[in-house]
Amino acid sequence: MQNIALVTVLFTPLATAILMFSAWGRKKLQVSIGAISTLLQLIAAITLFQKDNAIGIEIVNVGSWPTGFGIMLVADRMSTIYLLLSSFMSVVAFWYAVSFIKSKTSISIFFPVYFFLVFGLTGTFLAGDIFNLYVWFEVMLVSSFVLFTIGADKQQLEGSLKYVAINVLSSTLFLIGIGLLYGLTGHLNMAMIGKALPLVTDQLLVNTTAVFFFISFGIKAAIFPLFFWLPASYHTAPIGFTALIVALLTKVGIYSMTRFFTVIYPLEDTFLQIIMLVLAALTMVIGVLGAAAQVDFRKILSFHIVSQIGYMLMGLAIFTPLAIAGSLFFVIHNVLVKTNLFFVAGTVNRNFGSYKLKELGGVLRQSPWLALFFAISAFALTGIPPLTGFWGKYLLAWSGFQEGSTLVVTVTTISLLVSLLTLFSMTKIWNEVFWKPSPNGSQNEKFDLIKLIKLQPGMMLSIIAITLVVLVISFSPNSVIEWSMKASNFLVDNQSYIESVLNHIN
Amino acid sequence: MEIVLTILTGILFAAGLYLMFQKGMVKLIIGIMMLSYATNLFIFLISRLNRGVPAIINKTENVLSPPFADPIPQALILTAIVIGFGIQAFAIVLIRRVYKVTGTSDMDKLNSSEKID
Repeated sequence: MQNIALVTVLFTPLATAILMFSAWGRKKLQVSIGAISTLLQLIAAITLFQKDNAIGIEIVNVGSWPTGFGIMLVADRMSTIYLLLSSFMSVVAFWYAVSFIKSKTSISIFFPVYFFLVFGLTGTFLAGDIFNLYVWFEVMLVSSFVLFTIGADKQQLEGSLKYVAINVLSSTLFLIGIGLLYGLTGHLNMAMIGKALPLVTDQLLVNTTAVFFFISFGIKAAIFPLFFWLPASYHTAPIGFTALIVALLTKVGIYSMTRFFTVIYPLEDTFLQIIMLVLAALTMVIGVLGAAAQVDFRKILSFHIVSQIGYMLMGLAIFTPLAIAGSLFFVIHNVLVKTNLFFVAGTVNRNFGSYKLKELGGVLRQSPWLALFFAISAFALTGIPPLTGFWGKYLLAWSGFQEGSTLVVTVTTISLLVSLLTLFSMTKIWNEVFWKPSPNGSQNEKFDLIKLIKLQPGMMLSIIAITLVVLVISFSPNSVIEWSMKASNFLVDNQSYIESVLNHIN
Repeated sequence: MEIVLTILTGILFAAGLYLMFQKGMVKLIIGIMMLSYATNLFIFLISRLNRGVPAIINKTENVLSPPFADPIPQALILTAIVIGFGIQAFAIVLIRRVYKVTGTSDMDKLNSSEKID
């Protein structure tokens, strides 16, 4: 029973989802169940995080099978950071959705499926073997398909058809990779595969499987040139949910990539490292250029996701402890900030009636607080010191220049230039939405903070909560950097992961 | 037998991908189905075909003694089939709805979510 925190983290969302189905159509009951559950999960995640921060790794053999035979749940330092992040996001996105979604049937469907999604996410971060990872992916994907289509307007359906098709393809590639890897090593457990793979004689085949996984996760993470589905679908879903997927679904791709290319295929000095570096640079540039061309609030933000993924990929590809720590820090920063930007976009839409830059304007005058929240997140995203983005980019740039090879330095320089373009597209949103006079001219209604909170309590409180967390991390980044460093030291030396999993006794 | 199955898997992959690249939505679904069958067959092949040997442990033994048929890929395929069916069912419902809302089954015309306006 000593792993109670881990079990709670995983099974709270499942229990909640089942309970929620029985509370179909009763919003108040559903909201109270959800509120308790998200809080419980957050508390469990914090407990697990503290414990893991002290001892390093937490393992549960489901069904008490010996290691390597049954299903294994492994929470190392990276998993717990992601778990903490996802359970925090699940709390805020839940409250945002409570006040954002109005239609009655949508509510009944939204909440249960939302918790299945959280269940899948949590499982992904805890999976100890690759086939389980696949199953958790599917749990998450099927729930995200449902959430994408809630509301069923034309754009949403078109976007989600593309999303479904491309994700099925990605899952197929993943499954083929699993099959090949099993054929090569006879194991499914990540640690065991990591141990067995260097002994395989046919290293060409090993590299082939690595490419299968890279493409599959690349589609999920939306790296160049596999990102095309993201701008077509992400912006169409209801914002309460978009925020959660934006925040976490693409990061699941990065999480799995980090896991695979540290534990199973250590990336150092392989051909994939060079490919990854080049793709990271291209992802950053193409994403931000795409964003610059858009004229819709949500679409600009969607394209930025692509661009930001490039930074995380770059951190992974440089593959020094510092760089991976930078990548992890960047994930934490990006999830918080990006979600907040989407939340602000949703609130602007609710109160000013549009996502289109042309139809918006004068938000600064009518609602200075909303503008402030946007500004903080936008500055953090572009990396203005001392906000979180600055620390993330600083870590990445530092590690890049420290590594010193021509390619890495070039990519790092590109990443710094891309920040400028990010600033440009943020300025575009700022000018159009907040600064320029309202195109309708007549709207003089003021939305100060108290009025906004009265109008949409859940939405505003989640925005304020995230902003506060962003500010706290901005002004005292030491502890977060330290966690990331610890996690990445553990990851880079893949033997430590393998040893601690294999030597685990119940 | 292995050769035949290998060729069949290859054909299924090729046909599945080909259908997914077509314009019609129904073809997309059939392509998805074929891809998942191909993947399942692939995993089945990876475990090597052993006929007439047990995949479960005998009462008198503690572990499987060779030669044996590897049970794990079969368990994997079982799971993958179930998941595949779930996704296919969802995809079929989805294309029906997309067809009703947009009135077209041409994938190339479904680009309203990507337009810059």
